Amino acid sequence: MKYFVYIAIERKEAILDPQGKAIEHALESLGFQEVENTRVGKFIRLTVDAAAPEAARAIAESASEKLLANPIMETFSVTEIIPIENSHRPAVHGRTTAA
Amino acid sequence: MRTRIVVFPGSNCDHDALHAVKYVLGEEDTAFVWHKDESIGEDVDLVILPGGFSYGDYLRTGAIARFSPVMKSVIRYANEGGTVLGICNGFQVLCESGLLPGVLIRNESLTFACREVHLHVERHDTRFTNDRSLRKTVRIPIAHGEGNFIATDNVLADLEAGGQVLFRYCDREGRITANANPNGSRNNIAGIMNKEGNVMGLMPHPERACERMLGSADGRGIFESLRSFFDRESSVHLRERAMVA
Repeated sequence: MKYFVYIAIERKEAILDPQGKAIEHALESLGFQEVENTRVGKFIRLTVDAAAPEAARAIAESASEKLLANPIMETFSVTEIIPIENSHRPAVHGRTTAA
Repeated sequence: MRTRIVVFPGSNCDHDALHAVKYVLGEEDTAFVWHKDESIGEDVDLVILPGGFSYGDYLRTGAIARFSPVMKSVIRYANEGGTVLGICNGFQVLCESGLLPGVLIRNESLTFACREVHLHVERHDTRFTNDRSLRKTVRIPIAHGEGNFIATDNVLADLEAGGQVLFRYCDREGRITANANPNGSRNNIAGIMNKEGNVMGLMPHPERACERMLGSADGRGIFESLRSFFDRESSVHLRERAMVA
């Protein structure tokens, strides 16, 4: 069975995020006064062939530890695991494609 | 000084490094090693990881290069005491490989910084910085978008206590100030070495500053330091061999 495994990679809180800061200033000037502490990270989707969702997660976590995230400055988390076959969910994560 | 310069797809200072070592210093035995080569060769004195954008800087700077076939032997070579110099992207590769501590992130300004900077040379007793020409504030260009050196407080304290910081950004007069820091690096750090003293990485480009016609020849001091180090080393070896015979 193949799974889409979604991984979110975030910069640790202690690490300065100049991109996040710049975006936050832009949001502020657009009037989004309620928004604070904006951080920029990465979002990665792997297609993993595994026997079960938990096995797919383990593979994705191992890949994250070895390559996808740098433990000095980043943390990662598997946010979602979706079986590809028998799934009617759209491939674009978290969105319904426009009709 | 048998020098090997690693070429990754996206390296763009490999020829500058070759030019500096082979033609400016006149070290004939200088050659490229391709990233797919599994060996760097025998009896190599110096490995240079040059500047550029290895593998397009995809994922993180230096992150993919670290897993290229040649890096396996570079890491082994370094762990056995071999001398490695990482310049700019090469410094980023060394950090990703774990050969040097810390990591280089986006410049605080978010802009690419391409200009000459002044550097304070912190030590003159290492293989990278022993040349007399480095006993002053040196002027060397930088060209990077991600040269902001960060490390945890503990790692930083270790680096400082162990005398591993070799270069700091400073002003013309050698004062280490916030204004002289081009990228937000902690403690104005521009270059560090490992605890053992055989691996060094720096963001500025000494290979681009080896001839007066390029605006500065101050970078040459780093290569001259290495050459004297290996000259001294080989004369010690010869003497030892003579004593055995």
